[in-house]
Amino acid sequence: MAAVKETVEQVRSIGVEQYKYGFETLIESEKAPKGLSEDIVRYISARKDEPEWMLEWRLDAYRRWLSMEEPHWARIDFPQIDFQDIYYYSAPKAFKPLSSLDEVDPEILRTYEKLGIPLREQELLAGVVRPEGDRPRIAVDAVFDSVSVATTFKEELKSAGVIFMPISEALQEHPELVRKYLGTVVPVTDNYYATLNAAVFSDGSFVYVPPGVRCPMELSTYFRINERNTGQFERTLIIADKGSYVSYLEGCTAPQRDENQLHAAVVELVALEDAEIKYSTVQNWYPGDAEGKGGIYNFVTKRGDCRGDRSKISWTQVETGSAITWKYPSCVLRGDESRGEFYSIAISNGRQQVDSGTKMIHLGKNTSSRIISKGISAGRSNNTYRGLVSAHRKAENARNFTNCDSLLIGDTCGAHTVPYIEAKNPTAKFEHEATTSKISEETLFYCMQRGLTQEDAVALVVNGFVRDVLQQLPMEFAVEAQKLISISLEGSVG
Amino acid sequence: MTMAAEARPISAQPARGQPARTAAETAFATTFAAVKAELPGSATFAARREEAFGRFADAGLPHRRVEEWRYTDLRRLMREMAPLAATPATQLEKAPEAAGLLAAVECRKLYVVDGVFAPHLSDLADLEAGLTILSLADALRDDAHVGGVAVSKRLGETFPCTDVMFALNAAFAAEGVVVHVAEGAELARPLELIHVNTGTEPVSMFTRSLVVLEKGAKANLVESHEGPDGVAYQVHTALELVVGEGAQLDRVKLTREGDAALHISTVLLDIAASALVRTAGFMLGGAIVRNQTFAQLTGKEIHAVFGGVSLLGNRQHADTSLAVEHLAPGCESRENFRAVLDDHARDVFQGRIAVRREAQQTDARMMTRALLLSDTAEADNKPELEIFADDVQCAHGCTTGNLDEQVKFYLMARGIPEKEAEALLIQAFVGEVVDAIELEGVREALIGATRSWLKERA
Amino acid sequence: MSPLLEVRDLHARIEDGRKIIEGMNLVINPGEVHAIMGPNGAGKSTLSYVLSGKPGYEVTSGQVLFHGKDLLEMEPDERAAAGLFLAFQYPLEIPGVPTMSFLHTAVNAQRKTRGEPEMTAPELLRKVRALAKVLEIDADMLKRPVNVGFSGGEKKRNEVLQMMLLEPSLAILDEADSGLDIDALKIVANGVNSLRSPERSNLIITHYPRLLEYIVPDVVHVFANGRIVHSGDANLARELEATGYAKYQGEAA
Repeated sequence: MAAVKETVEQVRSIGVEQYKYGFETLIESEKAPKGLSEDIVRYISARKDEPEWMLEWRLDAYRRWLSMEEPHWARIDFPQIDFQDIYYYSAPKAFKPLSSLDEVDPEILRTYEKLGIPLREQELLAGVVRPEGDRPRIAVDAVFDSVSVATTFKEELKSAGVIFMPISEALQEHPELVRKYLGTVVPVTDNYYATLNAAVFSDGSFVYVPPGVRCPMELSTYFRINERNTGQFERTLIIADKGSYVSYLEGCTAPQRDENQLHAAVVELVALEDAEIKYSTVQNWYPGDAEGKGGIYNFVTKRGDCRGDRSKISWTQVETGSAITWKYPSCVLRGDESRGEFYSIAISNGRQQVDSGTKMIHLGKNTSSRIISKGISAGRSNNTYRGLVSAHRKAENARNFTNCDSLLIGDTCGAHTVPYIEAKNPTAKFEHEATTSKISEETLFYCMQRGLTQEDAVALVVNGFVRDVLQQLPMEFAVEAQKLISISLEGSVG
Repeated sequence: MTMAAEARPISAQPARGQPARTAAETAFATTFAAVKAELPGSATFAARREEAFGRFADAGLPHRRVEEWRYTDLRRLMREMAPLAATPATQLEKAPEAAGLLAAVECRKLYVVDGVFAPHLSDLADLEAGLTILSLADALRDDAHVGGVAVSKRLGETFPCTDVMFALNAAFAAEGVVVHVAEGAELARPLELIHVNTGTEPVSMFTRSLVVLEKGAKANLVESHEGPDGVAYQVHTALELVVGEGAQLDRVKLTREGDAALHISTVLLDIAASALVRTAGFMLGGAIVRNQTFAQLTGKEIHAVFGGVSLLGNRQHADTSLAVEHLAPGCESRENFRAVLDDHARDVFQGRIAVRREAQQTDARMMTRALLLSDTAEADNKPELEIFADDVQCAHGCTTGNLDEQVKFYLMARGIPEKEAEALLIQAFVGEVVDAIELEGVREALIGATRSWLKERA
Repeated sequence: MSPLLEVRDLHARIEDGRKIIEGMNLVINPGEVHAIMGPNGAGKSTLSYVLSGKPGYEVTSGQVLFHGKDLLEMEPDERAAAGLFLAFQYPLEIPGVPTMSFLHTAVNAQRKTRGEPEMTAPELLRKVRALAKVLEIDADMLKRPVNVGFSGGEKKRNEVLQMMLLEPSLAILDEADSGLDIDALKIVANGVNSLRSPERSNLIITHYPRLLEYIVPDVVHVFANGRIVHSGDANLARELEATGYAKYQGEAA
């Protein structure tokens, strides 16, 4: 596949520093004053020219947030976040809705290049049209700090009836759809960070796939935090109407900085009858340096609601970045015969702390779920899988299979597994298995005897360890992810 | 979101807006103030009781926001504190018949009746060489020593344990048994520690025992707890087990309290190098039961086996919580638990295997399985791995479900009626743990207990 | 003489609604050996499950009489006690249940239902050991849990052992020959033949005629599209080996 090869070469040409996305884009931006208040919430809403109900929704969230406490149950340790020391809104200066991609600041486009966004997507972003047919196409939305800067393929998607646009734009163009679904999967007061997000979210993607439509291409969003001391609070809402299908990819990066930056996103997925949503993430926020200085605090709430019968939601994630990852993409299996899947690779190195996993909540009859989680800890990091599988009283014949494996590289890291398995229906069958092991010396020796360097050997073994999950990713992402894994583990042995 | 969405953030810290003291908490405080002067032990020991009660008072009864107690919310389940059992308690003139598990097995029976050790009922004659048995109350009053160390210095010193209910026990406990087995001594007869409650009024009892096996010693220990149905008595019991280097301990605990009873038990198990410990719990009776075990494997090459069976019906709530900590290299631990649930019963299993950085070459495996026989039963499982060493083999597995319909049909196709087929399969399910029990008499007794449970069910 | 088994216009489906048996008729008299042959997926195993009462199969119409009684009204264990035995195509492994206590429970449950005295453990042990010898089953296997760690062939022999022990009046053998080498096949066939008597009948379900070389049937039926489409004597099996089932599948359609 040509695109894949290009991508690989592209990635290679960028070089293999510990963190290859640690550059900063020098573009002028416009910020709201630091700190959080009702005025800031009003400011954000006004900047987006939002309807009155949306402002009320945000203000309600803000007021509730004031009375909430940060959760402390995860196995993560970090200094108190000063929520008044953060910029809640930052936009590339003179930002206005673009009539064509040529208007995108060339600096931003250069950023994409540095990000290693597959060449093809850059072209799309840059408006280059290639002949059809040699590869699948991907529609891209790019969120730069607080705003979405470009969405490609809008017209073609429109003719298929698919709505793919920044959520700020959707609030203007399809307020009824946004209003109908926003906050119905992750309620305003769901948790501390989700509530904060509801108050201050600036942008994100909105997708609506009408009944019976199979979205003609992969949809993708790249998230980039650029500004110093800026929080990113994007909100993504995807609705797959009856019998539709959509595959959505998400990539994230941030520059290298000494301070910690906050990312508190919310993703809501709604799958109606017979619909399917496949959501893939390659998360590579800046993880901080080897001593734990800097890095993104990633507190994300992702949840999918299998609202209709026979609906399906599948989460695939490759997590290599962030100083702290707190994230549990979940499925509420409400419809009968609905299905949830969670495939995850979480790699931690340096001083990274990962507390991630999923929740599969079986409510409907004959619902099924599958969890495959691969955690790899290296350096002085801690990597925790935390997952809940529950069958409620009416969840007849619910099925879950969970496999969660951890690999330790070196003896200064930690790998932890914390599953919660709750069954309230006798016909529900849950199976859970977990293992923790290390890369066997013998395997390493065998590879090295055949001429591989130790790092190559480790990468080889690790790639084998995570293969089940990599296979779930769309091809382009899989290659990127594989490379990312090797980079993340550099310096972890020897 | 996340776990919090299901409304249970997890923190040992009291949450903001923590409700005022519950009636039970207040009763513990007033009772402790009233009786502390009477409790046995030196002034130093009394200070430790005071400190322990302080810890309880600060935290209050554990509730669902305390991670270790999330499934057993005592603030909700234990509304009242039953009045403290009067001391001296009603003393029986002869041992209750059919009490204990090993009625048919030759063993040394020690009775704790209504929360008080009863030497006159216990078999204290012809103690084997190296075996010492004392009343805890006497040992504290007389500052008795075992193995050259004062009992008061050993008690509560096995290793630090921050659990709040253990602290509550430490504050109140006055009665129990101290068993010491000297270096190299091998006990020919199993010890059976029988706790029987006979009262018809709901009372609170606090007992605490200490069992020390010195280097190379060998012992079999069976504990049972039982009492009358229909009486809402409350048992707070703790056991400290110290197993010396190369020693061998086989232990079974049977919980068969009355159907209205509350039973909170803490076991601290300290294991030294090269020791072999096999311990199993068998949970049958009690309305609300928490059996928590904290084990530390402090020396090399220990082999430790933990097993448990819960057979629950009605509205029983049974919580088995086990934390096994590997602190030294080359140890092997096995955890194997089964729960069978009928009616509205709820079984909780929490099992944590922690492997510290030093504990390389650890081999730890845990398997928990729950069988739900009714539409209204609930099984909550939390098997947990916490690993800091890289050269380890650790695994856990967990299943929940009902009986395999295919297998049941196979049995019925051979002419075995449904209930009988179920009974066979349940026995096999439980047998995966029971069959591993070393002492034959105990094993047989537990198989018998399973059979009678199944018979009652049918 | 009244028939042992009488199937009258039987219609049955699987729980998911798929119709598997559509208008089946069959009469087996005491002492007869019937073979049901047909292509894979024709629903032959379903027939064995419907007759033995496996949950998940629904009889929508028709009647089955066994010893003149309504078989479909009985629980699986009652059918077994009445003398119906099914040798499973895939015998199940039952971890934790020792083979001997399984056999003991089964024999005595059936005897109890029939109002017969129980068999003692030593008596059972003697019988089982003798049968094991005939079937060349290693005595060690009897100490293991039911079928656990048995090879495919060993499981099949264990099914025949159970059959010989329980002495049913009608034994249904579902693909009893699959997974057997020629020696094992002969052993299984000898076991089945040793039970043949004027009172006992067999229903052999297979899609290979090979087994029928060793257990010669009185009647051979071709089963396709949910019912018996053709019947004949033992020669029909040989004929089928030569011609295959295509012709009959067409006939039914």
